[in-house]
Amino acid sequence: MSISVQVDDFDVGAEINALSDGRTDIGAVVTFTGLVRDMAGGEKIADMELEHYPGMTEKALANIEAEANARWDLQASRIIHRYGTLAAGAQIVMVATASPHRADAFEAAEFIMDFLKSRAPFWKKEGTADSGKWVDARDADEDALNRWS
Amino acid sequence: MQVLYFAWVRERIGVPREDVETSAETVADLVNELRGREERYDLAFSDMSAIRVALDQELSDLHTSLAGVREVAFFPPMTGG
Repeated sequence: MSISVQVDDFDVGAEINALSDGRTDIGAVVTFTGLVRDMAGGEKIADMELEHYPGMTEKALANIEAEANARWDLQASRIIHRYGTLAAGAQIVMVATASPHRADAFEAAEFIMDFLKSRAPFWKKEGTADSGKWVDARDADEDALNRWS
Repeated sequence: MQVLYFAWVRERIGVPREDVETSAETVADLVNELRGREERYDLAFSDMSAIRVALDQELSDLHTSLAGVREVAFFPPMTGG
């Protein structure tokens, strides 16, 4: 289990290798990568500013990861979330889960992402050509949490 | 106590954090006290359904006591991932 909150980009391939390196007991690795889209609500997005709450962010990510490990049979997990100004196309977040069987790895990765969306203290501001706009939380993201309760 | 603001709450209030002298008993009391101080707070806290609160970095709510709390944070619903 490990989490990172960082400005720097990450290498998904290297992260997967680090999870499974030297191990022969892992049967499945699932990864999710979130990217900055260049369109939102019909508007062209140049970049995205991600603000976070240093201290609380690390705690929230560690709690979400620990909860996933308690619920599913995971052999390893990794969460990386970037902050700062990210250009369209840039990687924002990565979740990787490793398990003997794929069902646990898939579900745990989805669970972690659902909680990151609305329970990790990050706020996104979309930068268009002439202004910035804070992204509203979506009801669908809140609803997504209910299926795990 | 230290009071922190994030995202548009920070922008409306104009500072990311400040030391607040208060005898407010609950989060709601603190919000009311701040709203009475200056218009920028009144504006930021005009719709409390759009505000989330954390006490010492744990999500909490308006009715929670501030006893022993060192850090209060106000922010909009989170948009991570």
